[in-house]
Amino acid sequence: MERNHLPRHLVLQRQSLFDQGLLDEQFIQLEELQDDANPNFVEEVVTSYYQNTSTLIVIIEQALGTSPLDFNKLDGYMYQLKGSSSSFGAKKVKADCTLFREYCKAGNVEGCMRTFQQLKKEYASLKRKLEAYFQLARQARVTGTASRPK
Amino acid sequence: MSFSAPSMENGFSSPRNESFPAGLRVLVVDDDPTWLKILEKMLKKCSYEVTTCGLAREALKLLRERKDGYDIVISDVNMPDMDGFKLLEHVGLEMDLPVLMMSVDGETSRVMKGVQHGACDYLLKPIRMKELRNIWQHVFRKKIHEIRDIESHDSYDGIQISRNGSELSDDGHMFCGEDLAYVKKRKDFENKHDDIGDHSSTKKHRVVWSVDLHQKFVKAVNQIGFDSKYEVGPKKILDLMNVPWLTRENVASHLQKYRLYLSRLQKENDLKASLGGIKLSDLPSKDPAGSFGLQSSINGNQNDVPNGRYQFSGDNFFAQDVDSKNHEGDLKRVVSETKRTLTADLPDPQDMRTQMSFDHSFGSLDSEVNFAAIPAPYSWSKAPENQFKEEHKPLLQLEDGFSQLPPSGIHNHIQIDDPLQSASSITSGLSMTGREICGPEKIKPLYPQYSSNHMSILSPKESAFDSFPVQSKSQMVKHQSFEPISTAISSMKPQGFNLSCITDFESCQRNLISATDSTFEPFNEDLTVCWLEGDCHSMNFGLPNVEFTDYIDPGFIAEFPIYLCDTLTSDTECPFDPPEYSIVDQGLFLS
Repeated sequence: MERNHLPRHLVLQRQSLFDQGLLDEQFIQLEELQDDANPNFVEEVVTSYYQNTSTLIVIIEQALGTSPLDFNKLDGYMYQLKGSSSSFGAKKVKADCTLFREYCKAGNVEGCMRTFQQLKKEYASLKRKLEAYFQLARQARVTGTASRPK
Repeated sequence: MSFSAPSMENGFSSPRNESFPAGLRVLVVDDDPTWLKILEKMLKKCSYEVTTCGLAREALKLLRERKDGYDIVISDVNMPDMDGFKLLEHVGLEMDLPVLMMSVDGETSRVMKGVQHGACDYLLKPIRMKELRNIWQHVFRKKIHEIRDIESHDSYDGIQISRNGSELSDDGHMFCGEDLAYVKKRKDFENKHDDIGDHSSTKKHRVVWSVDLHQKFVKAVNQIGFDSKYEVGPKKILDLMNVPWLTRENVASHLQKYRLYLSRLQKENDLKASLGGIKLSDLPSKDPAGSFGLQSSINGNQNDVPNGRYQFSGDNFFAQDVDSKNHEGDLKRVVSETKRTLTADLPDPQDMRTQMSFDHSFGSLDSEVNFAAIPAPYSWSKAPENQFKEEHKPLLQLEDGFSQLPPSGIHNHIQIDDPLQSASSITSGLSMTGREICGPEKIKPLYPQYSSNHMSILSPKESAFDSFPVQSKSQMVKHQSFEPISTAISSMKPQGFNLSCITDFESCQRNLISATDSTFEPFNEDLTVCWLEGDCHSMNFGLPNVEFTDYIDPGFIAEFPIYLCDTLTSDTECPFDPPEYSIVDQGLFLS
């Protein structure tokens, strides 16, 4: 669905995700890939992301529970998470990953712990917001097709 | 995964020709399913034909199954089953395809590493559409270069191995249209027969280095090194290979890759060596594909090799960094590398590949790569493709210098604590043994693993320990091609190396030497045992019988650091502790 055809509230909602710094340019790239063949492409990507990274989050959490911390391993996990998060433009989550890796390099346990908590929150919050957004978008698509010029 | 539709299979006027870069066949390798999904979509939007893959191994398999089935490969740097850089090397060596690396990490060192390993480009994630739109330029560039090569070389029109409308032709002709105008005169462009190799005709299609071809290449290299002790140059190799449709450029570029490969293997070996006593069993067979043709079988087998520590790093051949291989310089390097690789542990499976190190001709290595043509005496028999040419010559290379190979060179435990860490390379060489030697399918004959050579070398009949260190070094240097002596050690499968000198090094030597005609009898595991265990003494590298004399340049020996001796002595297994490393290094001196 073309953005310019999105109902106003959806447009605003979408914009606010960007304004809050939750999403970046990559999200737009994905939106541009959407077409008739894959009208829900972005949603599919995000869903795939959350499915594939949920285990990773658990693993990281467990790793953070061990002592002493294996920074190398943690860095590796975060590298993966960062890569994945960059796929659809999860800006804040990605930034948290980077920060976490910095703390890993510095061997800062406290920093790692703190950053991970922050990351988890962002990760969950983004998921909620995007789910809500996509749902609205789908609805708008359904109701809007009749009135949209082809 | 979608396989590219054979639009190109139509041969002539395939739409691809006209619409390049549309229809570009891309293989995407990434362990992140989210990214795979996105990249697939993006590439499809570019009108490319996309195949996705979540594992590096899988990717290699696909590439090998359909040589010329893809135009370009895009891979993430971080793959769970194989280092992205390794994959990169493999692809470069075996398929000569442009490879782009991807990563979320843009650190300069990483990027540089990518370039060093031959990446055509390094993309940072998140990847944008516009970046992907332009990837065709890498394919195009390669083609252009090939064409130019042909042009300037006067390649033979040769026997065109036409593939009749195979994808090759399509591929090859992709953009050639105008550019190839001048090529046309060579062959008629319309032929669309794209030969398997580069034919001077029409557009020079990328040469696909099949296992057989590579084998020939390795054999030629070894032979040259063997005979001349130096001067391993593309032209000579080409002549020896006797493949009409192959051009000097093809060989030259392949040679370069080979060196890179060996060099990398060498490094890995070194790394392994430094790990100290890598047990065979530890060898991760991550890389089944075995670089350069050594298929993973080697790796797999590694585990079986009980002592397979001797890793003759076939890689030694490439051991030297690709750039500059000046023999002299290389030699030194090799030496040092050899040392490292001495850790007879089986270096990672990749190393196994390297085991094909060639013994470099010890002669004055000049700028050309001097593959110490110690022909791999053994033919990896099984190796599906006769991987190691059975030239047993490698042993010969040892010349006098080598005769002193540290007796227990082949210990698989070559735990070289010190510089010989390069044992890793050795190990790699050795590692080849078990499996590699056996020539299991995996090992591509790429480099006649000198392991056999080394074996003989290593199995000094005499315990010439004193000279040992030095010689081993020289051996190493020269031999570079450690053949996976270890293979002999462990899984000596009836392949090639007949290191069945089981408890007798001499016999091993004999075997090795006789291996030349690929009559390697299967290495007996015993062999390895003997190597390792304590028959080391016989292993002294003083291969007296090895006719290395011709090849070994005494000068080299001098170069070998004495430290080899040190490590040797540390070997508990053998009184002599043959410098395992020697084996390893052998392969390295690629020059």
